[in-house]
Amino acid sequence: MAEQPITPPLSEDPTVRLEELRGEAERAIEAAARAEDLEEARVRYLGRKAELTAVLRSIGQLPADRRGPVGKAANAVRVALEARLSERSSALEAAALEARLGGDRIDVTLPGDPPRPTGHLHLVTQTRREIEDVFVGLGFSVVEGPEVELDYYNFTALNMPPAHPARTLHDTFYLSDEIVLRTHTSPMQVRAMEAQAPPIYIVVPGRVYRRDSDATHTPMFHQIEGLAVDEDITLADLQGVLLEFARAVFGPEREIRLRSGYFPFTEPSVEVDVSCFACAGTGALADGRRDPLCKGSGWIEILGAGMVDPNVFGFVEERGYDPERVQGFAFGLGIDRIAMLKYGVPDLRLMFEGDVRFLEQFGAGA
Amino acid sequence: MRVPVSWLRTYCDPALSTAEIAEQLAASGTEAERIERLGVGSTDAFVVGKVIAVERHPNADRLSVCEVEDGSGAPRTIVCGAPNVAAGQTVAVARPGAVMPGGQELGEATLRGVSSSGMILAEDEVGIGEDHEGIMVLDDALKAGEPLAAHLPIVDDVLDLEVEPNRPDCLAVYGVARELHAATGAPLADDPTASDASPSGSDRAEDHASLEIVHPEICLRFTARVFEDVRVGPSPHWLKARLTAAGQRPISNVVDITNYLMLATGQPLHAFDLDAVRGRRIVVRRAQEGEGMTTLDGVERSLDPEMALVCDAEGPSGIAGVMGGQVSEVSDSTSRVLMEAATWVGPNILGSSTRLGLRSEASARFEKQLHPDEALAAQRLASKLMVELCGARMVPGTLDAYPRPASPRTVRLRLERLRSLLGAEIPDDEVRGVLERLGFGVSVDGSSAQDLEVTVPSFRDADVRREVDLIEEVARVHGLARLPTTLPARRRAVGRLTGAQRLRRRAEDALRDRGLTEIVAYSFTAPETIARLRLTGDGLLALTNPLSESQRVMRPLLLPGLLDAASRNAAHGRAAVALFESAHVYGARPPDGTANGSPAAERHHLGALATDSLGGSWRSDPAPADFYAMRGLLEGVMQAAGLDWRAEPVDAGDRPFLHPGRAASIVAGERTIGWLGEIHPLVTREWEVGPCAGFELDVEALAEVAAGTSKTYRTVSTFPAVLQDIAVVVPEDVSAARVEEAVRAGAGVTLRSTELFDVYRGEQLGEGSKSLAMRLEFRAPDRTLTDEDVAALRERIESQLEEVGGRLRA
Repeated sequence: MAEQPITPPLSEDPTVRLEELRGEAERAIEAAARAEDLEEARVRYLGRKAELTAVLRSIGQLPADRRGPVGKAANAVRVALEARLSERSSALEAAALEARLGGDRIDVTLPGDPPRPTGHLHLVTQTRREIEDVFVGLGFSVVEGPEVELDYYNFTALNMPPAHPARTLHDTFYLSDEIVLRTHTSPMQVRAMEAQAPPIYIVVPGRVYRRDSDATHTPMFHQIEGLAVDEDITLADLQGVLLEFARAVFGPEREIRLRSGYFPFTEPSVEVDVSCFACAGTGALADGRRDPLCKGSGWIEILGAGMVDPNVFGFVEERGYDPERVQGFAFGLGIDRIAMLKYGVPDLRLMFEGDVRFLEQFGAGA
Repeated sequence: MRVPVSWLRTYCDPALSTAEIAEQLAASGTEAERIERLGVGSTDAFVVGKVIAVERHPNADRLSVCEVEDGSGAPRTIVCGAPNVAAGQTVAVARPGAVMPGGQELGEATLRGVSSSGMILAEDEVGIGEDHEGIMVLDDALKAGEPLAAHLPIVDDVLDLEVEPNRPDCLAVYGVARELHAATGAPLADDPTASDASPSGSDRAEDHASLEIVHPEICLRFTARVFEDVRVGPSPHWLKARLTAAGQRPISNVVDITNYLMLATGQPLHAFDLDAVRGRRIVVRRAQEGEGMTTLDGVERSLDPEMALVCDAEGPSGIAGVMGGQVSEVSDSTSRVLMEAATWVGPNILGSSTRLGLRSEASARFEKQLHPDEALAAQRLASKLMVELCGARMVPGTLDAYPRPASPRTVRLRLERLRSLLGAEIPDDEVRGVLERLGFGVSVDGSSAQDLEVTVPSFRDADVRREVDLIEEVARVHGLARLPTTLPARRRAVGRLTGAQRLRRRAEDALRDRGLTEIVAYSFTAPETIARLRLTGDGLLALTNPLSESQRVMRPLLLPGLLDAASRNAAHGRAAVALFESAHVYGARPPDGTANGSPAAERHHLGALATDSLGGSWRSDPAPADFYAMRGLLEGVMQAAGLDWRAEPVDAGDRPFLHPGRAASIVAGERTIGWLGEIHPLVTREWEVGPCAGFELDVEALAEVAAGTSKTYRTVSTFPAVLQDIAVVVPEDVSAARVEEAVRAGAGVTLRSTELFDVYRGEQLGEGSKSLAMRLEFRAPDRTLTDEDVAALRERIESQLEEVGGRLRA
């Protein structure tokens, strides 16, 4: 559209003409489909040579009594048109952006940036922490002790003096006549009682060592010891604590069973079985086959335990452990064994080979 | 301990299956590792038969054709290869259809043209002995057609019991029967050792042999009896069957009697050929230094003075309690027997057998301490069998050296104590009943009805010494299944992890969250491995009895386990791995150190190793597993620990397994708590892995340093920060830490943080210089900093930088 010179028809009422102009201009702004059209409308209606501009410029020539109303009306039209223009301009810009973005397509099926990959805690660590947390919840503290241990704590103070027949059950690594690699976590019983007067509620996780090597025995493995000594701890309390443990680790439906056992440092001593979680204690799998996990018995042996032998208290009597005044229980369980049971690991040696194809199977761990 | 169930049932026979018996025993503490089924597949079709006629086989010299009456009507024809078959014999017959021990079914057969309907049995064919020389000849009183199983244990279950070391009484079939009696209440047969044989003759045992204990501290009791007119020969079928099922090979009646007694009562015996006992004299003494002898198994043994010997007038004839010698062994020509039943000192026997590396059925029992009464008890049953099975004459009298006779032990049991320890109410009469079934004598203590006076039987003497031992007896037999389930009424006990334990978990989690996988490696390693790390091996802890040379020393650092794992994964095709381990390391204890009560220097370390590269994807390159990659991981750990730290160059030769130019000590709280760096190429070559880097941190030290720092509130300034980027040109050998130190020294407290964001080297700088670009954040707590303030700070920074040979780049 070519620009035409506009002569203000001053003979008419300029306010009428102003309304006409506003209508025309608004329609032109609405009709602008591109930024260029909009610019053309702006020049046409608000530009230097526009009729509205001429009206505004000629106000001074009007009779004094007309200047106010006409000037006001003209200005109002200008303000309104500018607002319309700006509004329309934003809308056109947004539309143009949308159109541009629409053309910018990527292959959404390509892989994303890999998340910073999470690693894995070892199965033994995962299991150890889980067990620790259960006992912490039951009011136990976690203490740790040396793996290179005195014969005294590993055997003698646990009621196994030299030449005690039970020593033959421990295939012991020696560093000297007096120093061994601990064969169990039990030496911390006496160490902990030396350090702390009763009551004492502790669990002791850690590495232990026996001179033995096959699919279910490695020269190094992991245990957790438990010890609770107070004025009135009973064998029935031991059963209660271990039932809570078994249910927390193996599932709320589990039951436990105590059988008589033998450990030189507990009396009475018990072996503890948990009802099998693979067959729910029935001994048979859903398809009727014998459950290989519990060998059809419905029970799995998980730990040894008992009431602390008075002879053990005898080694810490001056620390407040008078066997006539305090009593308590102790238990010891194999962390690796629990992990193998829970995850169906067939060979203990897999735990210690550092093969990531094994280590990555059990999630990140908590 | 293998317990044939048919034998067990002769002493105690509850109306229970074998599996139920095993369950009862397991609940009270004697667990069957497995139950083995012995003998024929089914007892059907095994009967007693009478041989009516025997004829030579027409086509085979060694075979006979027998007519056998087996109660089924007409006699059956059986072809038999045994040389001893004869008309008139009573024999064991398997009819066609019988299922043999191997599972195969016997059918009708034709042997060299004669059809044979069944089989006349030898011992080994039904698993009750090893004899295959001839058929079994049975007692003629048996009637044809009677089921064979009624007379011979041709089918049996064997409980393979795991007997606890405190229960030598259960290394005996009668002892197991007593347990079964106590658990089930089923009647217990009289003790088979209760009655004695009748001696005959007017001579005395002392007339035939003499006995002396030289060292009574190694022998509690030594008894011996003398038998004459002994006819050595095979044992009867029932005895062979029992021994075989229990895992002992039948040898001859005399030797079998000693083994039978051991299995029945738990007391080992030894039979001497009295005519081979030199000087007819038995001397019990310690071995002399340098003395040696040949044991029954033909092995020459060297002895030490702790070992007890049974000698004759001229020298050792047996290692006491462990194994006899060849000198006076019973043979087929023996006619006079000296039967020994002795009581040795348990720990002494255990020590001897351990040092000799020789554990026998006898030593396994003696080492658990038998009671002197058992010796004489065993002599009684052995004598009866010697008379009965060997036709022997028992010479009156017993040679009995018993220096310090033991008196029965009594132990007081407070019923209240029993209840408070078990947390269970057990009726008083049940307590008494359990103890009495187990063979204890119970009477009410005069002073209180709440206390029992309990007499311990000899066979439990070693094990039951205290009140608590009696409480265990009651608990296990009354039934642990009946125990209530309660929780401790806790007092003053709050459970939680310590700060150090939580810190360790955070540090481990920090590595896990950054993509590292935890390994658990063995605590021991090979001395050569330490050498491969270019370490000297000083101060290593070594095992005196390692399983293998590759596990001889305790590792002084975690790195070798991480390298082993990296190497193994590389061999599986995973060259790039990022691993960590959290575990103890070990060293010889420093002379003055008593660290954490360990007899060694033992610390908990956290070690990490990354090989090849980390990360990377289709749009980003992986980062090399180098010093800075590892340092970034370490920074993550230190942030998790909330600790300030710095890396310092290591002293030359200090960490020989690291690249000397790309190694640092980790310093926190002015303590060196670990190392960080790229692994020396000579080390990676040893492990056949690519370039790798790692760090190792003493987490106990980390926790100690962390425990010494505390966090307190600092005012958060409301005044704005001024950010300034500077570029510092310094000579190459000035470290970034040194530059930062200079900047901080110049800027003072208003410098709140610095961040190094670029390192530039280029021609404009000239050879030997580098430019470090840093972003500085200034903030004053009390006012807005002006341009003039910052300009003044810049000047002071510049003059500090000059001290280290640096300048600000325009």
